[in-house]
Amino acid sequence: MALSAFFLMLFLLQHFAINMMSVVSPEMFNETSHFMGTNPMIQYLMQPILIFAVVFHFVMGFILEARNKAARNVKYAKYNGAANASWFSRNMLVSGLVVLAFLGLHFYDFWLPEVTTKFVEGDMTGLNAAGEFRYFEELQHKFVDGWRVAIYCVAFVLLAMHLMHGFNSAFQSTGIDGKMAAGRKKFGTAFAIIVPLGFVFIALFHFLTQTGH
Amino acid sequence: MNLNLKIWRQKNSNDKGGMHSYQISDVSPDMSFLEMLDVLNQQLNDKGEEPIAFDHDCREGICGMCSLQINGEPHGPDRGVTTCQLHMRKFNDGDTIYIEPFRAKAFPVIKDLVVDRSAFDRIQHAGGFVSVNTSGNTQDANAIPIPKADADKAFDAATCIGCGACVASCKNASAMLYVSAKVSQFALLPQGKVEAKDRVLNMVKAMDEEGFGNCTNTGACEVECPKGISLENIARMNREYLSASLKK
Repeated sequence: MALSAFFLMLFLLQHFAINMMSVVSPEMFNETSHFMGTNPMIQYLMQPILIFAVVFHFVMGFILEARNKAARNVKYAKYNGAANASWFSRNMLVSGLVVLAFLGLHFYDFWLPEVTTKFVEGDMTGLNAAGEFRYFEELQHKFVDGWRVAIYCVAFVLLAMHLMHGFNSAFQSTGIDGKMAAGRKKFGTAFAIIVPLGFVFIALFHFLTQTGH
Repeated sequence: MNLNLKIWRQKNSNDKGGMHSYQISDVSPDMSFLEMLDVLNQQLNDKGEEPIAFDHDCREGICGMCSLQINGEPHGPDRGVTTCQLHMRKFNDGDTIYIEPFRAKAFPVIKDLVVDRSAFDRIQHAGGFVSVNTSGNTQDANAIPIPKADADKAFDAATCIGCGACVASCKNASAMLYVSAKVSQFALLPQGKVEAKDRVLNMVKAMDEEGFGNCTNTGACEVECPKGISLENIARMNREYLSASLKK
């Protein structure tokens, strides 16, 4: 769980950095997206590893939850979990399921059309009918619908909650501790807030700039 | 103080068991929680009813025998104390108090509030010791220099009394805090390093075989531990385990 979590957090960071380019410079976003979408190392090595990491993380999460439920075969009549642990840490499955549902929508929105264009239709140019890069235009198109933007925002708030516990939990599980622990915990909290809320900012930015606000 | 008590009653390990209601009056705020149960048992005895079975021994917070899940928390709402040190002044007149046994598949209920915690003993037998040559020429432990910081951490880990509150509080019924304390108290000392690899592998294996859950690092165990055993021990045990597994 922890090793796949490290990989997914690194992926999340680079995804965030690329998406932020869409706010700063559409040209830079187009060029980076084209590089990521056509580079053989990323397409045929990193992408399968990423898909494996996502599936592995979720499957292991469900297995872990099932084993842990079995470890207490009789439930307490009264259990005050809030007295000693955060909601985030006690409900990783809930926040994880919301993120999983969001990933389904995200794949439907971006990954499936991209794979269809490149590997079914065989168009690797990354250009639209006007002969310009299509990536920024496609991104903007997805953030016109207010409901879709709202779903994205809710999912990223849940992702923030997931990371609030998950970031430091991954370090604890791999035994990484020591003098840097206090600073790492603060960094983990900052990461869990800044990165997901950055994605929310990007979604809202494109929605508001396109709807005339 | 007058209190409403909801207490788990179970005749034996095969009985299904259930929550029963009791009223108790004139409880002194200065009574310990166990003394309050003593008074209730006296009342039940006087009425010819079966008294409630619960674990206790030293009543000084050092033996780890008393248990009880009180209002959803092991050893009750106070921090850094066992049930025997919990006083009734922590509750208010008219309160309803839920009293249950520590719940885990690895801690089967024997009767009422008494659970079998021998799973901890079996984990300890799997490696929670240092093999010592008792031929008569054993080296004096005080002759081995140990950094003060390491000695302090080892001592802190060794203050674990094995009460099982960590398991009871964990939403996964994990025993990681207990096992990590027992691993750490030796792993930090030169005398314990010789058998460190086998110790951590065998103790974790025994823990898994007993049916405890997996640690998801919620930290509930550290909060509820009456001896303040730190989560640092779990990180240390994870390090020891990874290192031992790679060298295996």
